Amino acid sequence: MTERLTIGFLPLVDACLPILAAEHGFAAEEGLDLEFVRDFSWATVLDRLLYGHTDAAHLIAPLAIATALGRGRPAQPLAAPFVLGLNGNAITFSPALAEAVGAPEGRLGDPRVIGEALKDQVASGRKLRFGVVHRYSSHNYMLRYWLAACGIAPDEDVEIVTIAPPFTADALESGEIDGTCVGEPWNSVAVDRGVGRIVLATAQIWRRGVEKVLALRADRLDQRREGTEALIRAMRKAGAHFVDPANAHANAAILAGPRYLDADPALVLRAISDRLVLSQGQAPIDYPDFMFQHREAANFPWVSQAGWLYSQMVRWDGLAFDSRQAELAARVFRPDVYRSALKGTGDLLPGASSKVEGSLQRATAVTAQQGAMVLEQNRFFDGLAFDPDDLEGYIDRQKNAALQK
Amino acid sequence: MRIAIIDESASRASIIREGLAQMDSDILVLTERSGLLAQVEAFAPDVVLIDLGNPSRDVLEEYFAVSRAVARPIAMFVDESDAETIGASIDAGVSVYVVDGLAAGRIRPVLDLAVRRFNAFARLQSDLDEANSKLAARDAVDKAKRILMKSRGLSEPEAYAELRRKAMQSSRRIAEIAEAVVTAQELLGDSK
Repeated sequence: MTERLTIGFLPLVDACLPILAAEHGFAAEEGLDLEFVRDFSWATVLDRLLYGHTDAAHLIAPLAIATALGRGRPAQPLAAPFVLGLNGNAITFSPALAEAVGAPEGRLGDPRVIGEALKDQVASGRKLRFGVVHRYSSHNYMLRYWLAACGIAPDEDVEIVTIAPPFTADALESGEIDGTCVGEPWNSVAVDRGVGRIVLATAQIWRRGVEKVLALRADRLDQRREGTEALIRAMRKAGAHFVDPANAHANAAILAGPRYLDADPALVLRAISDRLVLSQGQAPIDYPDFMFQHREAANFPWVSQAGWLYSQMVRWDGLAFDSRQAELAARVFRPDVYRSALKGTGDLLPGASSKVEGSLQRATAVTAQQGAMVLEQNRFFDGLAFDPDDLEGYIDRQKNAALQK
Repeated sequence: MRIAIIDESASRASIIREGLAQMDSDILVLTERSGLLAQVEAFAPDVVLIDLGNPSRDVLEEYFAVSRAVARPIAMFVDESDAETIGASIDAGVSVYVVDGLAAGRIRPVLDLAVRRFNAFARLQSDLDEANSKLAARDAVDKAKRILMKSRGLSEPEAYAELRRKAMQSSRRIAEIAEAVVTAQELLGDSK
């Protein structure tokens, strides 16, 4: 007996796990028949999810939280039982801005050095404009975190606008934006057209930054609990296949197909293989864990990740800290469902459901419920850590830092 | 009431405009992505109708969220009691943004009409698709007949009878058999 699940997605490389779960038969092994609905804006992906066209969706994590909190529309409880991946985004500047900030050739920049140079540009020239994929996206939060830590006020010193990922290269070319923070393959598309240079990877800003989630309506998750758990198991198997370098070419070809990303497989391959071409015509560079889809239980929905996203929502939407809202935000991430899906499979399960984010200077063994778990270095580039037990203090310190500027 | 219709399909947009013209309203139709926000701002709509899958929706929502230039239209998810109406609009493929404070009694007729027009357009589209696929099928049958006539020296009625016989035998449509013949010919080329 097969159960059908319909999944909404945007054409981005990090929609890979559900797609590959279907394409390689891992979903079928779990008794699932997956159907995909591709859209071009997150608003549409979300509408289809809320009104039942889809059962689950590839969604930017902050948007799942914003929806649960009723930011911009009446609140709807959502559940994210699986993180589809960490990072996988880059910051790309127009060639002119890349040159002006002295972005190095043949390697990624240093976030601190580029930030300092950008601050000089901001002080001297016209107001720069940056594109992000959505107001409630990790792209927006990563870009703002980096700018603010470098002494650039995102809402005053520069302008940040929304650009749908497929139109990023056009916007760079026309001069509508000077830079962008976007997922793959859209940085590489800009590079190939000679309209952008990749200067930073978001993994340099937060080494293990939370990115997309698999989101469901909370009531739909209850109704389709078994199917959802089966999907989680299928996606873990797809993840193991995805990160094996031997499969990179085949997976790039599948993802690049007309039903999914409808893109050049050679460009899709760059992100998958951690080999980015930073500017047009250059040789690729190696940047390990550019996108992070599997190891260290990468798909585990840490409640502390939701907490960090809430802290940034408060920070950039100008909200007051509210413990009830914080609680609602935290409850969107559902480690209980992830655990229940993988219990007894031998797959890695952390002992805790929350951790201090960005505190690990080096590989560290942590307690596990199942398997042996070592977390590698995981820092924010400015060295500050996020302790979910001190959420309010973290928010206050960020507010004070902005005031002292 | 001022209504902006944003749709990348110009023909669908004009069908909706035609419907709304019966109401007492000013209508702006936008089908191009470039300059979208500036035109919306200048028009200052009370209601924005946009096709569900429009790639500009995130840009538009962001603009509504931060703009102080126009009264802020918000997503049409205002009242839980509207859930059915909104569900119907999502099913029809139209999303709606409404300036906060506009009475539901004024919005609903607009929305109902938009939904009817979207559905009517979808029916037109599927009729058109059907007509096109019938044309394509006839084309394939003609090609297959020519192939059989050439390769087996049959007359046109004989070639058609062969296709029909094979279709009945394998309980498939004649068009499918014809397509298979054409595909086989393409694969085998002239190596017969």
